[in-house]
Amino acid sequence: MTPMLRSQPAKVLIVIVALALVAVIVPNTNSFVLLLATRALAFAILVMSLDILLGYTGLASLGQAAYLGVGAYLTAILATRYQFGLGWDFWIVLALGILGSAALAAVFGLLAIRATGTYFLMITLALGQCVWGLAYRWNSVTGGDNGINLRQRPKFGIDLSNEVTFFYLVFTLFALSLLAMYVLVRSPFGRSLMGIREQELRMKILGYNTWLHKYIAFIIAGAFGGLSGVLWAHTAGIVSPENVVLTTSVDALLMAVLGGAGTLVGGVIGSFIVFGLREYLSTLVPWWQYVLGAVYVLTILYLPTGLMGIPERIWQRRSTTERKAEGPKKLATAPS
Amino acid sequence: MKRNPLRLLKATLLSGALAIGATATSAQQQEELRIGFLAPTTGIFAQIGKDMVDGFQMYLDEVKSDFGGVKVRLIVEDEQGKPDTAVTKVRKLILQDKVHMFVGGLLASTGYALAPESTSNKTVYVVSVAAADDLTQRDLPKYPYLIRTSWTSSQPHHPFGQWACEQGYKKIVAIGADYAFGYEVVGGFQRGFEACGGQIVQKIWPPLGTKDFGPYIPTIKADADAIFSLMVGPMALQFPKQLAAAGNKKPVLGGGTSYDEFVLPAMGDEVIGHVSPLQYSAALDNPKNAAFVKTYRTKYGKVPSYYSESNYTSAQMIHAVIKANNGKFPGPEAFVKQLNALKVDTIRGPVVIDEMRNPVQNIYIKKVEKKKMFGYEKDELWNTVIKTYPNVNQFGQFKKDEFLATPVYDRNYPPCKFC
Repeated sequence: MTPMLRSQPAKVLIVIVALALVAVIVPNTNSFVLLLATRALAFAILVMSLDILLGYTGLASLGQAAYLGVGAYLTAILATRYQFGLGWDFWIVLALGILGSAALAAVFGLLAIRATGTYFLMITLALGQCVWGLAYRWNSVTGGDNGINLRQRPKFGIDLSNEVTFFYLVFTLFALSLLAMYVLVRSPFGRSLMGIREQELRMKILGYNTWLHKYIAFIIAGAFGGLSGVLWAHTAGIVSPENVVLTTSVDALLMAVLGGAGTLVGGVIGSFIVFGLREYLSTLVPWWQYVLGAVYVLTILYLPTGLMGIPERIWQRRSTTERKAEGPKKLATAPS
Repeated sequence: MKRNPLRLLKATLLSGALAIGATATSAQQQEELRIGFLAPTTGIFAQIGKDMVDGFQMYLDEVKSDFGGVKVRLIVEDEQGKPDTAVTKVRKLILQDKVHMFVGGLLASTGYALAPESTSNKTVYVVSVAAADDLTQRDLPKYPYLIRTSWTSSQPHHPFGQWACEQGYKKIVAIGADYAFGYEVVGGFQRGFEACGGQIVQKIWPPLGTKDFGPYIPTIKADADAIFSLMVGPMALQFPKQLAAAGNKKPVLGGGTSYDEFVLPAMGDEVIGHVSPLQYSAALDNPKNAAFVKTYRTKYGKVPSYYSESNYTSAQMIHAVIKANNGKFPGPEAFVKQLNALKVDTIRGPVVIDEMRNPVQNIYIKKVEKKKMFGYEKDELWNTVIKTYPNVNQFGQFKKDEFLATPVYDRNYPPCKFC
């Protein structure tokens, strides 16, 4: 708990050690825990993508599940109808999923980016529901309510139907996504996003094209959502409208807020906690929903900066004198 | 279910048996039969999930969890009404709990999601509720370890279509919830009704969860003789109310779940006289059912629904197979085969399972009436059976091969020829 730990390299080191621990420990636990960890990691990519919008750009989106849906449905449809993406071409599907979602985000972004705050929330919600409606009603393609079963995982030299191998694939892609998003938010582009989050008007006056910045951030978030979707389809083994329904978007948003918006890894922690409570605790006790509810309420009440705000709070208390201009990151837009 | 005292007791008993010198090894391996049970115990379907679990549990309680000498351990998992949660939970049951079989799954989508897991893990799946037609029709070859003890969505509605003809109805408007289950119910009714000369003159598909039927009711064609509706959950409560408020004078027919005992107690007098078919009615007038209803009601405080009955009966059927094997689980292939060959006298009547592993059973045409039953004091709504179609299989009055050659029922199949 020395001030040294607050330096950026130290934080990065902590994350790397934590990830390494996950990579070593999880495959040695029982197969159900392995399955849950894979699910949490695949979903965490979506949560992180949402965090780029929520935590770094100050745009709370309620339609992020749509991009997961595009990636997942694309994977499932290609695999079940055309047997495409079950070998080396899995990587093509991965690219297609990312591009497809980015393209959708590019279209939706044109409509949504004009608004901010609650209006942005409403527009993304509506657009997300459009995708849900399509998934639900376009029976001939999406299988409607029944969804699409996808129980064949790709094989290319390595066999992904082995759960441990598959875990490592998801883990690797997750780690790469985290790295990519970390580099992004630390880049000048990321910095200007944060500038927009804090004071959009000032950024405009300084000559930044804030619309374009937000638009690009929106597309990037969509692209990572697509990646998450491709992995999700193979993780879950079934793609259904349940994956694109509003609740899934809300889940992602809550996970990001729970862990701490504007931290990237906060979303990952949120994802693990929610999956742990919802899918592991629920196998042990029937009152898991109360625990989940209590976690949400307590976090909102006492930790507005999320769980990632805990160390910050401890430091704050320990050395109030040490704190100067560089205060704790504030959550720009908390969903009500 | 998995409390420590029980485990302690079990351990004591086991060590006791060992001390006596009973056949040690086989007793140890077969000390219990683990049955995984998937039901939505939280979320919007939680109450239905409770009926499912209660039904199964009630049977276990009656036989003291003893299936021909083997102790049954029931492991209930919450599938939350979501297909992918169901998949996660069933993997938990198979991988961690090493269940011998799993039972349940409420929604059609959940059934479709669970079935491939039974195949890939070579674990028996006893479908005790999910009614998706194709599980035991066109998709059956994919699922060698799946067997159904409930019904297909269209099964009660084939004879019901014929019954509608016999009432002299010529033109009927169908209004059904816009999802797979709705298509299969309406499709089954349409096929049955049109095969005997009736005409479906209009099909209306309000989205699942519609609460305001204002936009739909006025569009119902005036020249129709009757209305056929398929509603689920809260829709089932709202539709008859709003239909009555709109001054409807036409007879109302309903799909299997429109007036089942799960929704009936919450309904008002406007549903009196409405007719629907299903393989079970709580008002079945026989001593077996009377005893079942009374016990269930005392125990759980409500009239059993078909969800309760179906799971009670599933437990009964599993018991019969395990008992025939002297308390041993015969392995998945043999279990499915023996369950398939079973002939049981259940609460809902005699049940055999056809070669496509779906029950052949009585279909009851039921009319909602307000009366006293089984010695209860108050006047209540009951589904009085007005006609029984005995031994109906999933293809009803149609030939199996011709039936399977047509596509599964959909929003646009069968086509609306008379619209």
